[in-house]
Amino acid sequence: MARFFNRFWISFFLLVQIGCFPKKTGIKNKQSPSDKVEEVLLVNGAGASFPYILYLKWFSEYRRLKPEVAINYQSIGSGGGIRQFLKGTLDFGATDVPVSDKDVKKEEKQKIVHIPTALGAVAVTYNLNLKEGEVLQLGGKVLSDIFQGKITKWNHSSIQELNKNISLPDEPIITVYRADGSGTTAFFTEFLSQRSAEFLKKIGKGKSVQWPVGVGGKGNEGVVGLVNKMKGAIGYISASYAVVQKIPVAKIRNKSGSFISPTTKAIMAAADSAMTENKDYLASLINSSGEKSYPLSGFTYIILSRIMPEKKGRILVEFLNWALDDGQGFSEALNFNPLPESVRQAARKKLSEVQFQ
Amino acid sequence: MKNFKLSGGLFPLKRLIDPKELIVPRKIPKDVHFPDQIFSILVKLSALALIGLFISMAVVIFIKSWPAFSHFKWEFFTRSVWDSWRQEYGVLSLIYGTVVSSLLALLLAVPISLALALFLNELAPKWLSVVLGFIVEMLAAIPSIVYGLWGVFVMAPFLRESVQPFLSKYLGGYALFSGSFYGVGMMCAGIILAIMITPTISSISKEVFRSIPHTNKEAVLSLGSTRWEMFKVALLRGGFSGLVGAVILGFGRAFGETMAVTMVIGNKISLDPSLFAPAQTMASMLATQYGEGDEFQLSALTAVGFTLFMVSLIFNSLAVFLVWKIRKRYGK
Repeated sequence: MARFFNRFWISFFLLVQIGCFPKKTGIKNKQSPSDKVEEVLLVNGAGASFPYILYLKWFSEYRRLKPEVAINYQSIGSGGGIRQFLKGTLDFGATDVPVSDKDVKKEEKQKIVHIPTALGAVAVTYNLNLKEGEVLQLGGKVLSDIFQGKITKWNHSSIQELNKNISLPDEPIITVYRADGSGTTAFFTEFLSQRSAEFLKKIGKGKSVQWPVGVGGKGNEGVVGLVNKMKGAIGYISASYAVVQKIPVAKIRNKSGSFISPTTKAIMAAADSAMTENKDYLASLINSSGEKSYPLSGFTYIILSRIMPEKKGRILVEFLNWALDDGQGFSEALNFNPLPESVRQAARKKLSEVQFQ
Repeated sequence: MKNFKLSGGLFPLKRLIDPKELIVPRKIPKDVHFPDQIFSILVKLSALALIGLFISMAVVIFIKSWPAFSHFKWEFFTRSVWDSWRQEYGVLSLIYGTVVSSLLALLLAVPISLALALFLNELAPKWLSVVLGFIVEMLAAIPSIVYGLWGVFVMAPFLRESVQPFLSKYLGGYALFSGSFYGVGMMCAGIILAIMITPTISSISKEVFRSIPHTNKEAVLSLGSTRWEMFKVALLRGGFSGLVGAVILGFGRAFGETMAVTMVIGNKISLDPSLFAPAQTMASMLATQYGEGDEFQLSALTAVGFTLFMVSLIFNSLAVFLVWKIRKRYGK
């Protein structure tokens, strides 16, 4: 009996082997559709996780247009993207915050080109029993006091002052923050630091800071999970995630004093007005003075070298030009915000400065 | 009765032989055959490879964490801060969070697991023992993220709305049960960890109890002891080192648990004695922060990894030492 089984297994494996070979070559034939294309050129990138879905869509769409180019992207986080790019292991990096002086020396920084690809925003979500149609309105100063633990009750006079028509409960506020390092936290703390000098002094800004009060959740889903489960909780998340989840989102007061919801229109307006003010897309959008700008907005960038190798460089620049043009059409369906025309123009100009050798 | 027959009844003569004579002498004879020599080299190599792996891991982690260690020196262990904006790092609250959450888990899980193992082995009818034993072992196979999700969506709201207000009302005077109710926090992490390590501890201690010869139990009972005394003398004391092993394994799992803890502990750097307060552990810190961080923060995180390595080594050595001490006392 044992011998029979041995024979059975041996013949089985032989069959599998034989069965495999022609199949494998079959797949190989499929992968190179025409014999004219000698090889596929692989471009490697990595970085921010926020635009990952958008980039995947772009790369697969672009592959369909140009089968000879394959772009590979890994979402390892903005910090990792910058680090790997500076080490020279990547053809391009991706980050939610521009490369800062902390990351590189001044003369090195001159060699890096930032290209904005999409707009993101941070939304403030809350768990309160408000009536239908009532939306919480908050300003930077109040938010910074809440997240510092200075305002502890929802019916505090400075919150009530911004929401005259809403009766706020006498409940404690529980703040929820991102426990993992993330661009969302970087945006949010940058905003709070700009609005309150005390926040900058006491807590500071960056991808992860030490919060004096509240609880932390991992990722957007972690924060939303905690906020949903706790009455009186308030947290900040990526605006596109808030859209998907259909959760309450606060209106935030912008520089010109109006309260704005994080809609695509408002986020694009912020980028547009910041562009006309600063003539540069690397400046933060927080203080853009447009009346309809959502203040908690920011760009996400792809970074590449000013001097690129001939072949790969041309491909990458060509791809980025496509992304700034046709690529923007895919943004909204994936809950990203497309770039306004003014920013695209500036980015195209920057791209034309890239040299090949 | 069946067991009695097997152990002593069938071959009673064997009992007369001194068991020491049956033991193979410790001195291992030299291998003379070529294949044996090859085999012995292979075996030695794989044993050495494990030690080498251990040492090289420790060395590499230490080298990577050297920038942080050399910058903060001993302050790295005595301060409770994690601030990437000011580049200030200290692991005290992380060590506290890790040790306290694991000890809390042990405190809850050990009595329950031992009782469960005793029940399954000694008291439960056969069919119930089989069914329950299977369910307990199934619990060990559930991925930790499932426990984490359950913790966030079921346990934390329950703690926040029912348990913590109750505890605060009757025991609020103590620092352990003070502060506001979050649901997530040290208490939730301890309970989730306890649930996660109960199957580990109970299934190993079940095997330990099973390995104790029936004759021992019968001997104790025949001296007129009650059932409880039999448990105490024959099972708990007799299987002590095995039980400590089970507890160490459970502790190790609680110590290094990452995903579930991250989801329920609240991820806050603080040294709050209250069990209601959110906290943070070393493993959870590594998991949440490693993706994004500058060069120096990564070094500090690796230093956290090294600390975790060392602290778990210390706790395991302590447990081994405890077993050795107690064995010596009972002259076993």
